[in-house]
Formats: sequence, C-alpha cells, structure tokens
Amino acid sequence: MSPADIQLDENGKLKHFLSIEGLKKPILQAILDNAKSFISMGERRIKKAPFLRGKTVVNLFFENSTRTRTTFEIAAKRLSADVINLNPRTSSSTKGESLLDTVNNLEAMSTDMFVVRHGDAGTANMIAHHVPQHVRIINAGDGQHEHPTQAMLDMFTIQRYKPQMHNLRVAIVGDILHSRVARSQIHALSTLGVAEIRVIAPKTLLPVAVETLGVRVFHDMDEGLKDVDVIIMLRVQRERMDGLFLPSEQEYFNLYGLTEKRLKQAAPDAVVMHPGPINRGLEIDSAVADCKQSVILAQVTNGIAVRMSIMAMVMGGGQG
Amino acid sequence: MATRIQGGRVIDPANEMDRVADVYLSKGKIIAIGKKPAGLDIRQTIDARARIVCPGLVDLRARLREPGLEHKATIESETPAAWAGGITTIAIPPDTNPAIDTPAMAHLIQQLGIKKKPGINLVPIGALTRELKSETLSDLVALKQAGCVGFSNARRPVENSRIMLRIMEYAASFGFTVHLHAVDPWLEQGGVMHEGAVSTRLGLNGIPDTAEIAGVARDLALVAQSGCKAHFMHVSSGKALNLIRRARFDGLDVTADVTAHHLHLTEHDVGLFDTRGHIIPPFRSQTDLDALRAGLKDFTISAICSDHAPHERDAKLASFAQSAPGLSGLETLLPLTLKLVNINIVSLYDAINMLTAKPAQILGIEAGTLSPGKSADICIFDPEKEWQFDTEKMLSRGKNTPCNRWPFQGRVTHTLVRGKTVYTLDD
Repeated sequence: MSPADIQLDENGKLKHFLSIEGLKKPILQAILDNAKSFISMGERRIKKAPFLRGKTVVNLFFENSTRTRTTFEIAAKRLSADVINLNPRTSSSTKGESLLDTVNNLEAMSTDMFVVRHGDAGTANMIAHHVPQHVRIINAGDGQHEHPTQAMLDMFTIQRYKPQMHNLRVAIVGDILHSRVARSQIHALSTLGVAEIRVIAPKTLLPVAVETLGVRVFHDMDEGLKDVDVIIMLRVQRERMDGLFLPSEQEYFNLYGLTEKRLKQAAPDAVVMHPGPINRGLEIDSAVADCKQSVILAQVTNGIAVRMSIMAMVMGGGQG
Repeated sequence: MATRIQGGRVIDPANEMDRVADVYLSKGKIIAIGKKPAGLDIRQTIDARARIVCPGLVDLRARLREPGLEHKATIESETPAAWAGGITTIAIPPDTNPAIDTPAMAHLIQQLGIKKKPGINLVPIGALTRELKSETLSDLVALKQAGCVGFSNARRPVENSRIMLRIMEYAASFGFTVHLHAVDPWLEQGGVMHEGAVSTRLGLNGIPDTAEIAGVARDLALVAQSGCKAHFMHVSSGKALNLIRRARFDGLDVTADVTAHHLHLTEHDVGLFDTRGHIIPPFRSQTDLDALRAGLKDFTISAICSDHAPHERDAKLASFAQSAPGLSGLETLLPLTLKLVNINIVSLYDAINMLTAKPAQILGIEAGTLSPGKSADICIFDPEKEWQFDTEKMLSRGKNTPCNRWPFQGRVTHTLVRGKTVYTLDD
C-alpha cells in the first residue's frame, strides 16, 4: 500500500493527514493556499470560523508537548470545534489499556477527529486503519517517522518569504537521524519542487541511505551553507550529548552552531528557521535567533493557520 | 495390516531416490519401496498417482509456545498445522518457559508431542546456558542423554566471547552441534527492521546487516579455535553468508539454514508499518534475498525451516516497534519452498532434500528418510495443485503471516505419522 491510499478518499480528497510522503503537490499547495485565508482571521476581533462547528476533536498526546498541542487546540477552537485534550500516559495507558482500546473508547463517545502524537513510528497510521469511516486522524508526530503539520507550516513560512520555491536551495542542519520534522520537511520540499535540498550533520546524526530521500549530504557546515536561501536548524536534544552521537556541546556548536559569521556563507537574504524550542548557544547563536533574517516566531503564528487549514480540509471544508 | 501408497513419484534424498514406485508400510514402519513384499495383507491403499511421496518434513526450528506461552499456542493447537504442512518432526528451540535446560524439560517436550497418538515427533534443542543467561553452562551431556539433539541459546547471543569459547570447547569435547543466532548484540539492540532506505523513510530503528556479519565473523573464529560443530540459524544477509561459504571452503564443520520466508520477502514488505513484517532477523534487501537464493543453489545453505512463531492477535495490534516479532510459518514452509522450485531456483529434489534429509542430518536424528525399517513418517503432495493461501483457514492458532492471499502451486494431500494418516486434504 502506498502512503497515499489511506490518506485520500475515493475522490482523491484529503481524509487523514498522516504523512507528507504519498501526497501530491496539488494537495500540499491547497493546504498552503487555504492557510492564507486563515492567517488574517487571527488578527480579527472575532477569531472564529464555522468549519468544525458541532464536531469533537480529541488531542491525543501520548508524548508531552504543550506547544504543539496548544496550537492544535487554538486551531480547532477557531474552527468552532469542541476540543478535548488527553494525555494518556498519565491516565489509562498506565493501567495497561492498549492503544487501540483507548482509541475505541474515545471513538465510542462520538469523536470526529483525533490529533495523535505518539513516541512510536506508524501509530497515527495504525489508528487510521482501525477507526470507522467518518473519523479523521491527524498525525501530530509519530516517533522518528513524520511530523507533517510542522513541515507544512515550515513550507508556508518559506513560501511567504520566498514565493519562487523552484529556485530555492534549502539546508537542514542538525539531528536528521532522530528528527520526524526533517523527514517530513524533506518530502514536502521535494514534492513542492525546490531546486536543492541539503542536509548538514556528522554521520552519527544522519540516517543510513539518507541520500535516497533526494538530498545532498554535507558534513562541513560552511560548505553546506554556501549560497543557500533557507536554513532550517533542528533542535539537538541534550541527551544526544552523551558522547556517542556527539562528543560535547562545545564541539557541536563549534562545528554546526549557526553563528553570524557562518550565516554569511548563505545568500544575503537567506531566512533562518527553527521548529523550536531553540537551544540558544547550542545549535544557534542568540544573535542569529533574534536577527532580522530569523523567521522563527513567524513560524509559530503560521502554525495555527496551517493547522486550521488541514483540519478544515480533512473535514471536507476548503478546496483540494 | 499394511498400507500401500500407490503410483507416486517417490523422492527420498536420504537414499538418493527419485522414481515412480509404490511404498509399503506396516506397523508404523516403512517395509518396502517398489516390489510388494510377499504375503503382505494390504488393507489400505492411498492413490498417489501424479503426486510426490517424500519423507515427512523435518522442521529445524518451530516454537509451539508450550510450556510457558500457552496463550499464543500449544503443542496440541499447532500439531494439526504442522501436519497440514507435511511436517512430521520439529526441533523445539530452548526458549520455552522454563527453558530447556534440564533433562526433565527435555523429556516433557518429547512426551507432549506424542501425548495424543500418533502425535508428532518433537526433538528438543537444549539450552547452552542455564536459563539462557549466558553465565553458566547447562549440563549438556545429561541433556543429550535426555534426548536433546543440539544446543543453542535461542535468540539470545552469548555476548561474552570468552564464555562462548568455553561453551564451544565443552560442546566440541562431546561432538555436540551448537546452533547459533550469530549477531553482535549491540548492533542489533533496539532495531526492529533492516537498516536501509526503508527504515530511514519510516523512522524505524534499523538492524544493520553488519550486526549479523560481525556475529558470524566472531563465531567462525571461535569455531575454528574450539573445533566445535556449528550450525548458523536463519542467515539473513548475503555478506554473512559469504563468510560461511568461505569457512566451509576452508574446511570448517559449519552448516547454515534460512527460513522459507526470508527467501521471498524483503524490507519493502514492511510496507507502511505492517506488523506482520516484523521479524527477527529482519527481512533484508533484494540483494540479500538474491544472495540467499544463490546460497541454496551452491548448497552453502543446507536447510530451509519455518522458524514458526505464532502470536495472538493483540501481539501484532500495536505500533511496529511494540509489536511482537515473528510469523506463523508451519503451513507455508512447503508452499514457499515449492515456489522456489517453480521459478527454477532449486530443483524439486534439492528442495525436498533441504526439508528432510539435510535438517535431519544437522540434528543427527533418524528422520527425513523412507529407508525400510524406519518410522513411516510421510508427506504426499500434489505438485501441480494451484491454490490461494488464506489466513482465515489456517490451522495454527497464530494467524500472523504476511502471506495472506498468496498464490501457491503444490499442496499437501496426505501426511502420515508412524504409518497413520493424520492429515488428508479435503476438497
């Protein structure tokens, strides 16, 4: 089965949003286009649209993430949905209830949509296979597999600053190996058709055969940043600094930290992105995080609009 | 009272036989092939025209889950599945609970197999180390006397090379065969599928083929030093197989098997987190699969087994990483092997050899043969019969297989254990 099969209905419309892989350019572009109309809504006095009125959305977060969960919650509420937040790690799952039991129980309460985050790759996919026809699943991050809504908000941000995507050189820097965000970004960038995707990291932080995803590999940061238009810095988890993946924070920052000096290697109008939360002084210099080329905070704002767009689309609203 | 199996093509590699002949059985034994012995009172005739008559298959490795994991399967539940697959002898790995590390356990396994006569021949593989903990040697000689036909640490590699060397030296002193899951445990740790382009895409932790290459390389060095007889279980990668090929060329007393499913499935069969494709060792690349098939052709691999691992439904209803590895393989062992015959990877004769005489030879047991005087354990199959595998119709309690709806050619029509027909295909 291809990753597209389960995500689309019989008319080719988006039904679940589980992975970027398998979705074609028109769908991705429709998500971005619809998101534009939701951006202005955030600035209005009444920030509500009726797309999900009467619908119940459950944020099912098996992994903690206040930031992502909050943006999903705001997005669903602005679409007029009723939202329930569940963190099963602290409730039923510790009592031995299986993942599918949890989902079945919630589904029995007439839930319309699950936003799922789980530490294991493939979880959102598995749930999508087991819920009834009318229930929609959105993947909010599954293990090291994909984090497709994050990638879409990154694409939205890139397109806002660099509308001519086919000319772009994009560099993704850092822990690609453990990053679901990076996998989704790579699929999205290549589907939307940028000129070049680079990944910059030591081999310990790159998955094997990463070049099969359609990227150029660099181990040297200065070389990899040369003339790029977009720099995406990934968060480096401090637990990777155990001397196995990386020798030390200091050495990592010296080799791969984004400093003002390194930024000069890139195109003069390059934008700097980061999915957050950022580690200042570890993967990115404070001065760069706050400089005018940084669009990190815009990403957060865009995150709500893009998630509204996706939620509306899987529920049958919007075009695409 | 005697039985005649009439008109079949008798393939018995243990006796280098491949000809159309009648087979005569009496009192649970084979008494003649070809000419009817004088004065024999034939009471039953099985029509085997256009069929293959071969020894009952000898499965080098199948987990029947008893004792210890009866919620997955029992010897009683799995015996009919084995019969339907033409299997009449099964070697049981020692990772039962408790492990097969005492003579009592070895006796128990054998008795459970024949509790309901005629049952099935279960031969235990003894635990190399007590409780499979890789700390102290089991009483190997006592286990051998209790019926163990080889020794292994199941899927738990003995990490410490010094301990492994001592184990091999001890086993070598008595001529025992050690069955090895040769892998570097640190490279295998945490992995759930083959490390490669697919694991990278899916974000699943991979097991590199290097894990097996390093494990086989170490164990070959220890085999050479200790002079132990070794059998490598479920080889999955072409490069590890190359090491074994070279060692055999150099004269080391080593053999290897492969599972029937590793000869057909690759990393791509994991699909989109299909837990039925979760197996250890993992399905590897197309290059590895081709290398395994080549290993059959040049006899570097001498046996094909099911590595049967039945699971309850819930064990596979989980995220890929949390799901239990293994597949239910008794009923697909012969069909998957015959698929290789149909595409000219191996001859029918060699295929049957790898399912009968060769595994019996590795185990050092009297099975997998149609020699007069031996137990009449026989498999009869129709090599032309086309059918579709259906998990709903499986006899095993474990329905966990990626082979649902696969088309097969060649199907068991009769299985006999000690002269008694225990399985007949009804259709």
